[in-house]
Order: sequence, then C-alpha cells, then structure tokens
Amino acid sequence: MSDVFSMSLLEARDALAKGDVSSAELTAAHVKAAEDAQGALNCFTVIDPEHALGMAKASDARRAKGEAGALEGVPLVIKDLFAVKGVETTASSNILKGFRPEYESSVTQNLWDAGAVMVAKASMDEFAMGSSNETAATGPVVNPWRAKGSDEKLVPGGSSGGSVSALSAGIGYGATGTDTGGSIRQPAAFTGLVGVKPTYGRCSRWGVVAFASSLDHPGAFGKTVRDSALLTQTMAGHDPKDSTSYPGAVPDMLGACDKPVKGLRIGVPKEYRVDGMPGEIDALWAKGVEWLKAQGCEIVDISLPMTKYALPAYYIIAPAEASSNLARYDGMRYGLRVEGEDLIDTYEKTRAAGFGKEVQRRILIGTYVLSAGYYDAYYVKALKVRRRIYEDFQAAFEKVDAILTPTTPSAAFGIGSKSKADPIEMYLNDIFTVTANIAGIPAMSVPAGLDKAGLPLGLQVITRALNEETMFSVAAAIEDAAGFTAKPERWW
Amino acid sequence: MPLDDASHRYTLPGATGEWEIVIGLEVHAQVLSSAKLFSGASTEFGAPPNTHVSLVDAAMPGMLPVINQRCVEQAVKTGLGLNAKINRFSRFDRKNYFYPDLPQGYQISQFQFPIVGEGEIVCERDDGSRFTVGIERLHLEQDAGKSIHDLDPNATYVDLNRSGVALMEIVSRPHIRSPQEAAAYMRTLRTIVRYLDTCGGDMEKGQMRADVNVSVCRPGQYEKFRETGDFKHLGTRCEIKNVNSLRFIMQAIEYEARRQIDIIEEGGKIDQETRLFDANTGVTRAMRSKEEAHDYRYFPDPDLLPLVLEESFVEGIRANLPELPEAKRERFVEMLGLSEYDASVLTADKDRADYFEAVIAGADAKLSANWVNNELFGRLNKEGLSITESPVSPDQLAKLVSLITSSVISGKIAKEVFEILWAEGGDPERIVESRGLKQVTDTGAIEKVVDELISANPAQAEQVKAKPQTLGWFVGQVMKATGGKANPQVVNEILRKKLGV
Repeated sequence: MSDVFSMSLLEARDALAKGDVSSAELTAAHVKAAEDAQGALNCFTVIDPEHALGMAKASDARRAKGEAGALEGVPLVIKDLFAVKGVETTASSNILKGFRPEYESSVTQNLWDAGAVMVAKASMDEFAMGSSNETAATGPVVNPWRAKGSDEKLVPGGSSGGSVSALSAGIGYGATGTDTGGSIRQPAAFTGLVGVKPTYGRCSRWGVVAFASSLDHPGAFGKTVRDSALLTQTMAGHDPKDSTSYPGAVPDMLGACDKPVKGLRIGVPKEYRVDGMPGEIDALWAKGVEWLKAQGCEIVDISLPMTKYALPAYYIIAPAEASSNLARYDGMRYGLRVEGEDLIDTYEKTRAAGFGKEVQRRILIGTYVLSAGYYDAYYVKALKVRRRIYEDFQAAFEKVDAILTPTTPSAAFGIGSKSKADPIEMYLNDIFTVTANIAGIPAMSVPAGLDKAGLPLGLQVITRALNEETMFSVAAAIEDAAGFTAKPERWW
Repeated sequence: MPLDDASHRYTLPGATGEWEIVIGLEVHAQVLSSAKLFSGASTEFGAPPNTHVSLVDAAMPGMLPVINQRCVEQAVKTGLGLNAKINRFSRFDRKNYFYPDLPQGYQISQFQFPIVGEGEIVCERDDGSRFTVGIERLHLEQDAGKSIHDLDPNATYVDLNRSGVALMEIVSRPHIRSPQEAAAYMRTLRTIVRYLDTCGGDMEKGQMRADVNVSVCRPGQYEKFRETGDFKHLGTRCEIKNVNSLRFIMQAIEYEARRQIDIIEEGGKIDQETRLFDANTGVTRAMRSKEEAHDYRYFPDPDLLPLVLEESFVEGIRANLPELPEAKRERFVEMLGLSEYDASVLTADKDRADYFEAVIAGADAKLSANWVNNELFGRLNKEGLSITESPVSPDQLAKLVSLITSSVISGKIAKEVFEILWAEGGDPERIVESRGLKQVTDTGAIEKVVDELISANPAQAEQVKAKPQTLGWFVGQVMKATGGKANPQVVNEILRKKLGV
C-alpha cells in the first residue's frame, strides 16, 4: 500500500477491500490530517472525529459481515451546503449558526448507503455565492497551491473552496460540491482536481441548502477522472422528493472512462476566446485540441453566439431565485435571531447580522429584478436569453459530440486581491462555466497543466443533457494525454 | 323561471338618486385531501398546535415541494363541476412576502397559468328565481399557518398545522348584484363542492372563506359593462378580505356599498384599497391602500415542473363525476314529477338529496318528497338537527310512506306513527300492527257504523239529501266512532250510497 494521502479513491477502495487497511485506520489518519491542516487552510466548518470514526467503525463492521458497498469505508469531504443529520450545517453563513438538521440530504444518503465515511464538512462561499471562498462566515479558505517562489496565500476558487482545498491537500479521497455558475469546475481548475457538474436533475437537490434552484447542481470532486466518475454515479439517481430529479437510470460513468474517443467530434467555440485571457490558457486549450486529435477525434470549429449574454442573464436569474429561496431565514424557527423592537425590526436585525455583504447584495439585486415594473425588463428577458443559450447548445450538438473550452480565464489569484474591485470582476471568473448551468447540461473540468507560476489550469468538457458518458470518455482521454501529476508542495 | 330576470334589480337609495351594487367574490375553498398540497403532513382539523408539520411545511433548509396528485384531481373535478375549462398546462408561481406564519417567505400559488379557466354556475335566489355567475378562474395554492395573538400580551404564537394545506381559490366575475345574491352564490358553490366531495364547505371551520370585491354604480352602467367588458363603466372597487360567514358577507356588502355611496355623494372619490370587516361592529376598515399594496414579486417556482395534464386524466375524472345539484334538480322535476320548489329544497344539500333518494328506493317519490320536506325537515329544523342526525332513518320513512300509499294507514295516523318513530324508533309496520292503528277498510264494519249513525240522526240525514255538502258532518262522526282508523274514501262511498247523494 502506498502513502495513504497520495492514493486515489479507487486505490483506497481496493486497499480497503483487500484488508490492507481498515476504514477506522484510514479515517483516523484523515481526521488527523484535517485537524493539522485546518489552522493554515481554514477549509473546514466541522471536524467531528467521533462522528467520523463512528461511521468508519460501522463501515468496517459491514465489511466484516460481507456487506461492502461501492464506496465502502472511503473517507470523503462534504461541502457544508449538504444537510448531514445531526451535524451542524450552516452553508458557511452566520444565519444558520448552530443549525443541526434532523434529516440527511439525498445525495449524502446515497454516499452513506454505498458505505462512504465523512471526514469533515467543508467551508464554502456563504450560501454558495462567490468564486473565491472569501465570503464564508468562518473567513477565507486558503489554496494549498502557491506560485513558485511565493508565499502569497491564494484563493482555492469558489464556492466549493473548502472541498478542493482539503482534497488537493490530500484530505479525503473525494469531495462533494455544488455548482450554480461554476462552483465545482472553477475551484477544481484552481487546485489541479477533477470537478464534475452532471446534468441538471441527475443529483437530487433534496437536503441541499438552496441558492438558485433552477441552476443548482450537486456534483463531485476527484483526484482523477475515474474517481470523480464513481463518486458522481454513486451520488446520482432519481429522487421522488425532488420534483426536478431526472427519473431515468444512471449511466455507467466509470465504465465510460475506458471508452476510446476515436471518431468523436469535438467542438471548439470561438466565443470562448476572450479579451485579456492569458496566452498560456489559450495555449493549453490548443494543446487539449491536439491531444484529442491525436486520439482520433475530429475537431470542429463551432459558434455559440449567445455566450456573451450568459453572464448577465445568470446574474439576474440566480439572484432572483436566491432572493426568494433565502426568505426563509427570518429568525423565526431556526438559526440566528436578533431580537428587535417589533417584528420588522427583528427581521431586519436578524438578516443584517446573519447575512454577509455578498449575500445581501444578491438578495437586493434579486428583489429588484423581480419587482413590479422591472420583472419583464430583467427576469423575463433573462429567461428568453436562457432559452436561446440552450438552443445554441442544441444546435452545436447537432454537429459535435462534446465541446472543449478552458475552465477559467485565469489561474488562482491572491486572497484579497479582488476585494477592492468591482464585484463584476469577480463574477467574470464564471464566464466559461455559467453557460452549462443555464442550459442544465453536463460539464466538467480536468486538470491539464501548470502555468508559468506553477499553478494548475483546467480544461472543460461539455456534452449534451444526460450524456455524461461521452463527457467522461473525453475527460479521461485528456487526463491520459496531459499526464498531470503535479501536487502542491506541502507548506501547511 | 327566467334566468337573470331584471325584476330582481337591487338598488340603494341615495341623496342624488338610485345606486346599484356590483360584487365579485374570491372564495378560498380548502381541498378535501388527507395530505397537504406539497407535503405528506396531515390536514386533519383540530389537532394540537404544530403537530401536523413536515420539514417542508416548516421550510427547513434544502426542503423541496412535491405536488400531491390528489389535490390536482380535486381541483380538476371542481373545475368540471363549475362547467369550466380545464387548462392542460398550468404552473406554480411564488408569491413573496414576509410573515411569521409563512415559513418559506413565499406562498406557492398559480398566478399566471391557473389549472382551471372560465366557467359558470346557476344560482338560486331566496324566491326561487335563478341567475348565472361567471367563473373567471380556479387555481391551487398553499394556505398559511395561523398567528395567535391573544395567548400572550407581548408575543405572537404560530401554529403551522394549516401551513401548506391545499386551497382552491375560485374567482367569480363581477356578476353578483346584491348581498342576497352573494349569499346565494356562496350557497351554490358550497352545494357543488359538497356534491363533488372536493371541499367540506364548512365556513365555521374555515373550509370556505371569501374576499369580497364591492363597487357601486348608477343604474344602466352595469349593463354597459356587460356589453363591452370594460371596467370603466363600473365604480372603483374595494376588496374586503377574509369574510367567513354568509351573514357577515351580506353585512359587509351592505355596509361597504353604503360607505362608498356616501363618499361619492359628498363629492369624494373611492380609493381602491383592501379592507377588513369587523364582525363585532359590522363596519369595514381600511387595511392597506393601493399604494401600500405588497409587491409580491411573483415568479415561476423553480422547484416545481409545470403541471401538464393528460387528456385521459381529465376525461377519467369527467367520466366519474357524480350527478350535480342542477342535473339532479332537473331529474327530480322531470322524472319524478316533483314541483320545482320541492326539487330545489331537496337538492340544495347533498346529504338531504342522498336521504331523499334512499327513501324513494322504497316508496312513492311525490309523497316521499312531501314527507321529507315538510314533516322531517320541519321537525329537524325545530330541533336544530342536521339530516345526518335524523332519528328517523330513510328506511323507516320509506316504510311509513308505503303504509299510506297502500291504504294501511291514513295520513293522519301516519303523523302519529312518525312521532313514535322519532321518539322511540322501531319498525313502522310493527308499530301500526301492535298499536291497532290499521285503517278500517272492512265495508261491513263501516256500514254498521253508518247505519247506526243515520238512524240516530234522522234530521241530519234529511239535510244531507237537500244539501250534499253537509255530508262532511257524517264523515267526521264515522271517523270519531272508529278512532280515525276508517278509510275516509270508503266512508265517503258508503255514506253517499246510503243517503242517496
């Protein structure tokens, strides 16, 4: 058995199956690593050794009885947006401080049913609103990666920053995330990990604290494409408790990773070449094209003309839904309550104290765009754009099987480096990822190389709705060709 | 009786001339279902506070609504009962506002695309005349919880048992023209939903309540509105929220119309606003003006798919629709030969109609109608009992009526038997038998009594021959002598023969 922290999920699973190590031993090591890293990386909201070891021992007991599941005994990190029964679940917000759900999210339940073990709960941007994990109530999360020769602390990306910070530091063998505008793929790209956002409806939203219901996609992080495939297919499945859950069967995503890509048509959209994008990213994209061509893919230049409207439409639809979804945090039934003079004062004080600035900003934007007199000009128009973006993709998938783009327009940036800037600059991080959320189609980021500063960069693979199999085949082909093995140098 | 008869015009006098009222009702009817609209929690009435609350109803983080198919069926059924168009595509929207009894911070409702569209129902005024009211729409929505302000001087308590219960909001056209018509419309609606078993219809339990829209106009204006559909011909309306009894609805309309007339006649102008009716004082008070109206920020609920109904689903419900009051009334008149009045009374309430139909399964329809409407309903009203609480069962009443039609007892004796049934119960046939109440049809026995009476009263017998209308005296004497048991018809025949008239 190799070093427990450098194993992949599949390797850890096999080691457990062979009895090389018990889940209790493995989990104890990961909990210890989490505790050791927390001071420097600040990537967890909850580390509960007793809870983790309890799950691990139960897993070992199941295995002893011959009842091992697909992820039996494997330690995972869970984003704080997922309700975990009896464990504090706050969405990294003060307004949910102390909230312990009496229920388990469907996605985590699927993981536990497959035998997985939770190491810790991961920090995130508050209510998943952010692209740098600087808006968490518990403070910024730190990326284990640093630029060569620099000790500047970098962001891990967001909103699922805690998940990637932990996983890229070797803690856990996989992690859950949610992706509303890029919150899985962008942090994956910033930390040299694989990040998967499956088709909308593939993973249930039940028990996942809502940000923007029509855009929220639970998904997975892995160190490898195959790890992320196994994790995603285990999380997925029809859930009658979520009306938007897809009722069909879950495809064999792990199996699809072994499928050759020869003959697949790969689309390269010209609209994803934006002004001011570093040449290295353009070069990496070109390399990706070459890798796929070398494996027998046909490269097709395509156009997705509505791309430039995606971000503006997203920043109307997402805040609109959020302004309504977050109305339930009113201090009346659970979470934070700040007593005021009367009801209105109590509402105002509670929400002012409970929500951070970025959340407040989005609630204001959302309330505004849904207001009488503005609704048609903003919300209705954004929905029309949404339809057109979907049609763009549909037209493209007449010609191609998958689309290849960069995941982000930059590598990880310094903590606080954008804090003075216009919030729009932060929003621009999602420019390549947000379109797949708007269309509800599967997309994933694969680590493909390092920039000059030694920071990881990712490529994004997008396929048509419900066709995760092709996405994983292409991602695995890129992974094989890229041979990305870099790891952050341990400094924490 | 003609529909929409102009002779029922209802006017209010004013200092500057006559005024008319225009009324539209938005009725909230609680859907009869065992679970809530979007959660599995029970809808049972009267449970201890906060015991029927699911995670969804309490709006816990990450909880999602799932439509209760039963509530959809009930809404479609009601729509069909209102002779309305069923919209095969409808959608749920969120109506956003903050209040402690609204845990989600929004109510899930159907704003833009309701499940049921245009329809109409025929209502009956107190005098039996009838009028038609257009239905604009019916949509499904969630009820809120209940805020309780009187348990503590400094705190409000919230009971979420009702939170998420399914309501049908049934919106009428402004086709109602008087307080009495408003009550008649409510009664008809209640009858229909009770026939359909889609709503309990009990206003005291809050199963039905109404928002009442009232405006006033000069005679002639309403007709212009009906011709053109243009609301400019009508006055500015005020909406009186949440009125929960027929009496209060009538009082509120009466008060509100008077208030508006007084304002206009004093040179003022009606402000469109929402008002509350105070049942203690009988007045309406401003709640919020149009300017203060909430901006509900409606938008499609992204947690729910649009509601798309298969044609076979709708047709399946249509095929199993029970007979509706209007159809039943017509059948009672045409097939059973009942009077319009009897048919209306019998069909106005489903339980009464069911009772009557159970009676006529074993007895003559017309005579049964008399007995149910007069003896039974009269007695029930007097005792303050509902038909379901009647001590006399349909089977007992049917046997009683059959005893009359087969001439075993007279109508008069039947009333005696009815009293016994009411007080003691039992089998009508056995009561008649054991108490010797059987009618005497034995002509020999009656002839004997007649002979005795004629010979004892020669003067009267002579008088009958001169004035046949005095025969009644002899009839009375025979009945007296037989203790009321002689068959009056037989008595008459024998007397006429013996006295030669």
